Amino acid sequence: MRASFVARPADAAQVADVLRVAAAHDLAVVPRGNGTRLDWGLPPSRLDLILDLSALDRIVDHAAGDLVLVAEPGARIADVQRHLAAAGQRLAVDAPAPGATLGGTVATGHSGPSRLLAGPIKDQIIGISLVRPDGTPAISGGRVVKNVAGYDLARLMCGSYGTLAVFTRLIFRLRPLPAARAFITAPVLGPSLATPLIEAVATARLAPSAVELDLPAPPPDDAARSVACPQGAVVVLVEGSPGGVAGRASAVRELLQKTGAEEVHVRAESPPWWGALPQWDAKPQRDAKPRSAEPSADDDTLLRLTFVRSGLPEVLSTARDHGAALRGAAAAGVLTAALPHAAPDRVALALAALRTVCARYGGTAVVLNAPPEIRSAVDMWGPIPALDLMRRVKQQFDPSHRLSPGRFVGGL
Amino acid sequence: MDALAAVTSRVRTLLPDHAVITDRARLRTYECDGLTHHRVVPGLVVLPETADQVAAVVAECARHQVPFVARGSGTGLSGGALPHAAGVLIVTSRLRRILAVRPEDERAVVEPGVINLDVSRAAAPYGYHYAPDPSSRQVCSIGGNLAENSGGAHCLKYGFTACHVLAADLVTPDGDLVTLGTEAPDAPGYDLLGTVIGAEGTLGVVTSVTVRLTRDPEAVTTLLAAFAGTDDAGAATSAIIAAGIVPAAVEMMDALAIEAAEAAVACGYPAGAGAVLIVELDGPAADVAAELSVVTRLCTDAGGFALRVAADDAERELIWKGRRSAFAAVGRISPDYIVQDGVIPRTALPEVLRAIATLSADSGVRVANVFHAGDGNLHPLVLFDAAVPGQEQRAEEVSGAILDLCVTHGGSITGEHGVGVDKARYLPRMFTDHDLDTMQLVRCAFDPAGIANPGKIFPTPRLCGEVPRKHHAATEPARDIF
Repeated sequence: MRASFVARPADAAQVADVLRVAAAHDLAVVPRGNGTRLDWGLPPSRLDLILDLSALDRIVDHAAGDLVLVAEPGARIADVQRHLAAAGQRLAVDAPAPGATLGGTVATGHSGPSRLLAGPIKDQIIGISLVRPDGTPAISGGRVVKNVAGYDLARLMCGSYGTLAVFTRLIFRLRPLPAARAFITAPVLGPSLATPLIEAVATARLAPSAVELDLPAPPPDDAARSVACPQGAVVVLVEGSPGGVAGRASAVRELLQKTGAEEVHVRAESPPWWGALPQWDAKPQRDAKPRSAEPSADDDTLLRLTFVRSGLPEVLSTARDHGAALRGAAAAGVLTAALPHAAPDRVALALAALRTVCARYGGTAVVLNAPPEIRSAVDMWGPIPALDLMRRVKQQFDPSHRLSPGRFVGGL
Repeated sequence: MDALAAVTSRVRTLLPDHAVITDRARLRTYECDGLTHHRVVPGLVVLPETADQVAAVVAECARHQVPFVARGSGTGLSGGALPHAAGVLIVTSRLRRILAVRPEDERAVVEPGVINLDVSRAAAPYGYHYAPDPSSRQVCSIGGNLAENSGGAHCLKYGFTACHVLAADLVTPDGDLVTLGTEAPDAPGYDLLGTVIGAEGTLGVVTSVTVRLTRDPEAVTTLLAAFAGTDDAGAATSAIIAAGIVPAAVEMMDALAIEAAEAAVACGYPAGAGAVLIVELDGPAADVAAELSVVTRLCTDAGGFALRVAADDAERELIWKGRRSAFAAVGRISPDYIVQDGVIPRTALPEVLRAIATLSADSGVRVANVFHAGDGNLHPLVLFDAAVPGQEQRAEEVSGAILDLCVTHGGSITGEHGVGVDKARYLPRMFTDHDLDTMQLVRCAFDPAGIANPGKIFPTPRLCGEVPRKHHAATEPARDIF
């Protein structure tokens, strides 16, 4: 899908200007950060103007003493983290893809490994400046962490896929960088060992900052499966004071070994895949995607699976039965599943099975991204309760249905 | 028959007799919440026992355009549960079942009338607790906590109610029962629940809440340190945060607040203290021990004296008792007082406290300070005697001036008590008409008729059906937060 126009405003005032012009000419607008997840969700039903926010990439204020960051949405997470690290601080938000921006990650509501202890991205955001589709600027929240004055629009914007408003500033709470950290890695071949390891760490009082699972896709056919299953891993992150981390790393190692892991390694560095979506492993060139919302035929089908923790064994085994690679915050009940190229009917079967299992455990299975032939064959978002209320919210913010129309749940 | 009478007669057929109150004397017992100087006798009180009853009552309100207000335990401090004279007060105190406690999933499902502390008690046998802990946790309800997005001392490390609620059943102002969120994280769709939390009952009434249970820490240690004054205590707080430590709580009380707490509960705070700091650390034992030695050194360096570490749970409780009872304790030293709730960036603490002291000296109005120092949430207690003409008004003025200080220092007019009816007029000091209008778009989506807790939060209701106001969008520049 090609847009007729691209606008690259330099600041918040220009964002409002552009949106007013778009409103006057009834143009459908899709906001864009660095384009790493522009193809997520459904393709927009109309697209006239891409609102490229890459020039709004400033760190406006880093109030180190208050542990608060004010930044523009186009700022790249990696750049922000580098800046904060110099002051011994960090934002508890993980970049899911090379070049991922703050705004895009808020819009997709994506949280990485650090969510286990620090909470999801919506718990990090404390204030927002936005522009409504008609060009009206507004703010909610502020730059103090504790604040219950007025409605919290920032939470509403998290995960709204650019369908309600365009962000121009985001304010986050920060955390100190830990003095020490250790990644404790236990190799696993499949769910049968991964599940008890994750359970053991999650229920011990070792306060892990993250418990991640990485399971590559099993070999495609059943015959090969017993022969050479590629190795995955359960990785536990502990952070804190040097003495405390050393002690806890040993405790985690012992716990994992006691639970059945054979060779457990403790390292100071994260594994290369840490926090990244499986989609980007083999395709780093996707950093520079063209300015279009075009799903690519090269894409794997990427699902987000959520569940309460007792669902872990069933979710893992069902996903593996359908050939999925899995990665994510297993102990928090959020995994990304990548289904390698498969016929639409096989993806549809996998999705149906995963939806059933996730629903049994209080969760959902959502298609984040997929090749075009699969998008048209499946219901990407699945059943959504309270959809009528969501429609009414969309109607209030965007009555002429021009902001990322059709991209979100229920055709919003 | 007027609308309320029509609702009343319908409600009598929907609810058992004992769940409907129309007697004037009994209605009066619900005339205020914790903010007692605002009083309105409700038109009708109902005490539903099921979600369906709540939905049925709200549906009748919707049919007849009668306002309704939800009330939990009535401990709110901003008048959020102030009744409507021609409306229905829906009291959730009989919706107090704990429906499920599932430590294996780190979840509990409770009805809105369940008392905050009872959730932790139910989870305790499994080694879990419910993290948000407002000082009123022994009496306040989960439904009220959700409406106000309640915090508490430990939200410095663990976050407020919004961080701990995964899903809720909500009766919308239309009378529909819908589920928002999922028990698992990251429910797809707009995060309507995130907006309902903290919306002070203006978007509906929750009838069931799924909360996250938090694993009990391996170790907890509580340190009490005395200082000559709040400047030193504030410097110690900043040093702790700058050292990269995130305590479970950092609480401060000034001399007047200490005096009150001692008079009320004999908490044994060090004599001669101009301020005390309570620092609680929790987590794995080795980390807590390491952090405690750092905190001890930083407090001493900042002039702290009479440092005391609670030896056991009983001593910890005594330290906390002084803090948790502080609001009520002020009643010992003053016949009347206003509990203020404002937030400032933590680094502005010394400056703002000096300004409050100046305000107090200039006006002759005494101010006791109790606050969550770790996150800059101030609770100045403004003392007065209503029997002395003019004192109440001067206290109100000082209280309002303190909020102005918070706003001018980049803070907020409320950190956890809510806007309610008390602070609606202050909200425009933080937000423009555009901002408030934009927030009220959500209101219009949920409650176009404006019957859910009307008159709270927003000083000027937005008429939902109206053609959008011709605001000066064409000339006003886009604004950012500070």
